[in-house]
Amino acid sequence: MRLLLLLSLLLPLPFSASAADTGPIKIGQYGAFSGKEAAFGVAARKGVILAFDEANAAGGLLGRKLELITEDNQSKAGESATIAKKFVSRDKVVAVLGGNPSINSLEAAPIFQNAKLPMVAISSTNPRVTEMGPYIFRVCFIDPFQGAVLAKFAKDTLHAKRAAILTSVNNPYSVGIAKVFREKFTAAGGEVVIEQKHSEGDKDFRAQLTAIKSAKPDVIFHSSNYTEGALICIQARQLGFTGPLFGGDAWEAPQLIEIGGKAVEGTYYSTHASPESTAPEMRNFIKKFHGRWAGENPDSIAALGYDAAQLLFDAIRRAGTTDSAPLRDAIATTSGFSGATGKITIDKDRNATKSAVIITVKDGKFAYVETVDP
Amino acid sequence: MSEFLQQLINGLSLGAIYALIALGYTMVYGVLRFINFAHSDVFMVGSFIGYYLGKIIPENTVWGGLAILLGAMLGCALLGMLIERLAYRRLRGGPTLNVLITAIGVALLLEYSGQVFFGATPRTFPSVFPSANFSFGSLVISSNQIIVIVVAALLMVALQLIVYRTKIGTAMRAVSLNPKAAQLVGVNNDVVISFTFGLGSALAGAGGILYALNYPSIDPLMGVMPGLKAFVAAVLGGIGNIPGAALGGLLLGTVETFVNGSQWSTYKDAIAFAILIIILLFRPAGLLGKFTVEKV
Repeated sequence: MRLLLLLSLLLPLPFSASAADTGPIKIGQYGAFSGKEAAFGVAARKGVILAFDEANAAGGLLGRKLELITEDNQSKAGESATIAKKFVSRDKVVAVLGGNPSINSLEAAPIFQNAKLPMVAISSTNPRVTEMGPYIFRVCFIDPFQGAVLAKFAKDTLHAKRAAILTSVNNPYSVGIAKVFREKFTAAGGEVVIEQKHSEGDKDFRAQLTAIKSAKPDVIFHSSNYTEGALICIQARQLGFTGPLFGGDAWEAPQLIEIGGKAVEGTYYSTHASPESTAPEMRNFIKKFHGRWAGENPDSIAALGYDAAQLLFDAIRRAGTTDSAPLRDAIATTSGFSGATGKITIDKDRNATKSAVIITVKDGKFAYVETVDP
Repeated sequence: MSEFLQQLINGLSLGAIYALIALGYTMVYGVLRFINFAHSDVFMVGSFIGYYLGKIIPENTVWGGLAILLGAMLGCALLGMLIERLAYRRLRGGPTLNVLITAIGVALLLEYSGQVFFGATPRTFPSVFPSANFSFGSLVISSNQIIVIVVAALLMVALQLIVYRTKIGTAMRAVSLNPKAAQLVGVNNDVVISFTFGLGSALAGAGGILYALNYPSIDPLMGVMPGLKAFVAAVLGGIGNIPGAALGGLLLGTVETFVNGSQWSTYKDAIAFAILIIILLFRPAGLLGKFTVEKV
């Protein structure tokens, strides 16, 4: 099987859709649907499926039905690249949605770029993702912005003077956002008193937190995923740290509360949109989401997944074809597209310019705090 | 100073769990002279038994917690004996390498059938024991950490009593010394080996519950790293030696915690394993192990 895959990679890949002009339009989505980052992939997929169902109910695009092919990277390093090769050589998809954690997109993007296959990353915020080439886009903000938002929030809203940073060393998202936070927080007159590191999948953070506690920070910023974040909150509280803890959008998952319980009460994170937003696009999306997924409440990643799919459909409609070059140009010229997470304009670096929201955990539920514009 | 003491407490409670798992490796090695790699996955199954029992037994009660602990130990003991009966017994007497590879096979079987039956997504482990934090000045110790250390210590004492003060313990030591001679004097090797697996796996089950109490996010691959560390702890203390495994576990947990709390935390595993290599260079049989020349 693997040999076949390798052989198929060696063959020249014609990328016109001539052979399948009458069949369904195939679009791939990859993400973590199982494993420790599953909350992101599962939420995004629900949003994407909703968009596909709607489009197909309305008769598809360009007179053809849409077919979604999803692949699970099991939250494992290396799997996203394998999936990317499969999408390119076996499934022959016309475009790809996905990549939640930046590390997945960083693996897959070079392969799509080489194959000249447009990819729209859903919630990968590391700047390097779209730097992979002109075929790589995203529908979310980037970490230099998110890091600045968090630094401003820590300084102005939490009135923190001394911050501690806890970073996951083998997660490019975590390292990137921590770097920006440090710069911005220091520039705003704050002091980063201690920086500690852990690895992906670690479960014991007491050593790092004990060192952090001795440095007497006002706040702790953890820049990695919810799985580690929830355990960090529990252990920080057990060690007697009483100040606020906060994270980036990688903290957004129902599991943060499920695992963290009482310990995550009063913690904050920044993310792409709030389901409590009163914007008609968001209300409308939530209504449709409830209908499709038995009353389940979407988070902002689900909304971003929905937006990524809609943005791609819009580009296919405008391009009038699924050929890769015109489709790429159509995505690149997206301007003022109104999605559930707000107006999306793709800038010259193929990123979306969006505002960020701050969410807190209150009485075991997520609650909206404030919106920060770029 | 208080930071040092706090790290020591953190390290000891982590080390106590490593020690519990290490005991299982060491016991099986002591009796059968092979490394049971499936042991770390029995540990994982222990956590999941606790997770499912937690749904029917009321949370946050001491008796409920003890019932879950015993349930997981019993379940794991049965699983360990079953693995021995189905996978290892037929291979006894053959080359050790065959059993070793079978053990790796059983480990992978447990990990990946775990992903099928339990799902690959991390689960939240219920808080089975009532929890509280106690502070002594700036030192903080959680009730879960105390439970880990106390339960681990009690189980190790019980194990020592079983091995040195009971008939079956004597039989275990006899089989360990010379299986053929033990059989000649009327020891039923099958029963003794089965019992060894049961006992070791019960400790892994207890380790699984204690680990999940402190790190309440469990998944089917959770046993891999702690299992590896515990194996290292067993070798460090002198494999086949019960107090050695306990000492190795505590030492490894403490070193790891201290490195983790310093600015070299990225290298924590590298440093922990470097220490292992250095100790083995000077004491090839481990800290408490006795170096024996194999008789031809």
